[in-house]
Amino acid sequence: MEWKQYRGSLIGGLVVISLFAILIYNNVDWRACLEPEAEGFVLSCVAENTSAWYARYGVVMRQATVSGLLIGGVYGLVALGLTMIFGVLEIINFAHGALMTVGLYITFILFDTFGIDPYLGLFITVPLLFFIGLIVYRVVIHPARDAPHHNQLLLTLGLTLLIENLLLMVFTATPRAIRLDYGRGETNILGLFVMQFPIRIWRAVITFDKLLAFLGALVVTAILYTIIQKTDLGKAIRATAQERDGAALVGINTDWINMITFGIGTACVGAAAALVLPFRPADPTAGNLFNITAFIIVVLGGMGNAIGALLGGLIIGLTQELTGIFFPGSPDLIGVFVIFILVLLFRPQGLLGQAA
Amino acid sequence: MTISRDYQILAGLTLVFAILPLFANQFQLTLLITLLYWAYLGTAWNIMGGYAGQFSFGHSAFFGIGAYTSTVLFLNYGISPWLGMFVGAGFAALFGAAMGFLTFRFGVKGHFFALATFAFAEMSRLIAQDSDFINSTIGLTMPIIGGDSWSQMIFEDTKLYYYIVILGMLIVATMISIWIYRNKLGYYLLAIREDEDAAAALGVDTLRYKIIAVAISAAITAIGGSFFAQRFGFIDPALVFGVSISIAVLLRPIFGGSGAIWGPLVGAIFLTPMEEFTKIFVRNPPEFLSFMKGRAGFDVLLFGVIIIIVVIYMPDGLVGSIPQWLERLRRRLRGQSQSATQEAAR
Repeated sequence: MEWKQYRGSLIGGLVVISLFAILIYNNVDWRACLEPEAEGFVLSCVAENTSAWYARYGVVMRQATVSGLLIGGVYGLVALGLTMIFGVLEIINFAHGALMTVGLYITFILFDTFGIDPYLGLFITVPLLFFIGLIVYRVVIHPARDAPHHNQLLLTLGLTLLIENLLLMVFTATPRAIRLDYGRGETNILGLFVMQFPIRIWRAVITFDKLLAFLGALVVTAILYTIIQKTDLGKAIRATAQERDGAALVGINTDWINMITFGIGTACVGAAAALVLPFRPADPTAGNLFNITAFIIVVLGGMGNAIGALLGGLIIGLTQELTGIFFPGSPDLIGVFVIFILVLLFRPQGLLGQAA
Repeated sequence: MTISRDYQILAGLTLVFAILPLFANQFQLTLLITLLYWAYLGTAWNIMGGYAGQFSFGHSAFFGIGAYTSTVLFLNYGISPWLGMFVGAGFAALFGAAMGFLTFRFGVKGHFFALATFAFAEMSRLIAQDSDFINSTIGLTMPIIGGDSWSQMIFEDTKLYYYIVILGMLIVATMISIWIYRNKLGYYLLAIREDEDAAAALGVDTLRYKIIAVAISAAITAIGGSFFAQRFGFIDPALVFGVSISIAVLLRPIFGGSGAIWGPLVGAIFLTPMEEFTKIFVRNPPEFLSFMKGRAGFDVLLFGVIIIIVVIYMPDGLVGSIPQWLERLRRRLRGQSQSATQEAAR
């Protein structure tokens, strides 16, 4: 193993750490320590100030870290779908978030009309979204397979407008939230043991639905990873992603693989949708946030890189929550965009990607 | 000196658009203003996205900078928007050049560039929403002056003046567009669009000309932003920096034919009336579609469908596709007689 392989993650890590260092620097009152009347040694004064800052903001920061990592898992799952589609089809699927919104509404209808629990509903939402993905690919994406890249981007953009506004027409802009009747207080986990929710770790709160969303996202990611790595289908997908013509030459039906991949990618957002609906109400533009973060994660983690997607998801989730603290009142996506542009400029192949 | 064909077309169109308002009622006049306005913005986008092939998905950044600069200068310092719009254009050009330098310098290309422009636009929106000196999310409102004022570019009674202003702006923008297209700069940009590496190998300073294209496009867009602020009298970050502006700006040139001089205008001529009529349709639908009454979203939905159809069936836009269709039709009509002559020749 050469160190070059790790250089990317190293640089990325340093950028993120220095970003946070700058943030902390701006929030701790260091300058007071440089004044002549400051007490004691400069360093100890700084340390004192920092610990005072931590005493005041420590809880908030721990909470943000926990929330960021939890939602980051879901971001990672959404990004995994996007990165698979990109890896195989080389299309930036702008409609990824809109398809997630579709998943949110399907989960909502299942719960609201048929009384199906969203977590059980996963077994309906995921296959349904898979088929929606197949249809969308066949009808919309496939005819433009050979179009220039920006036209394909435009195509998925048109699809987004179509889906979003169709949902707006049918469901109006009213947010649709669901409320689980369990997950608060003593909760029986599958009849095996009883847990107290929300969990508190160092006064940071972990709610039932967010924990389940995180764990569910990890499980789905693991399943998908196994499929990609161990099965024949996965092998065919990887082969197509690596070398389309070569894969076709050895008898892989690449058109079929395209379609399946788009379906699997869409199924990912179906799972993510079912997992987040208990704490993120559905509205026609609800998927946008996940869409934007997924793009950034995919660029961050390296196009077509599954592990990178998960890692990027955690980083972006963390960044988003932490910027909310350090720049109170500022929109929490701003730090995410800063990271995005830094990565685009200095490491366009992503943290884990190999240089072209 | 002969006048080139493009300028002849421009002169003819100017004449047509100068005569049209004589026959227009208030509604039609508003429609015409909107049409010219989107054609103008499309022309600006076309220089960067069409000629140079640098697909921008973040023109709202330039638009917003223009709208905010002229409005802040006017409201806080009493500087006339006629001057302020050029200050805004300067700022936007600087911003565009900086953005272009950063991204192009590091070899960001294709759809990555599109995503980068999107990120820059979203960032400018977030920053604007967080800046108190431009009233953060509340936005800025133009004063009501109770009449028309050329010096302040506010026309509350006579909408025709807005029409004159935007027509003038469109003519100038189109002249710039034609000039670029027919001169060295245009050839460089087209070469970059077709094959950047080959262009660089032939000695075209690709970085420089791409940045120039972005800056020109940004400046023209920013002036459009100032016009928007003057005409509607209200701006806020979500309105002028939002994604919807970025999409609307690129829609006309793509539909009409990106990379063609007249693409944006053709696109606007087709899309703008359609947009207006869908709005009327949704407001007052026929009996059997009465469930659609007052439902938001149908007009944008239609845009989505149009984009999909355009990309799949006419990737070159109307300007590019119609001649192809005509050619195919002509061939089909001639088909029989031609095969007959071929038979005879044998």
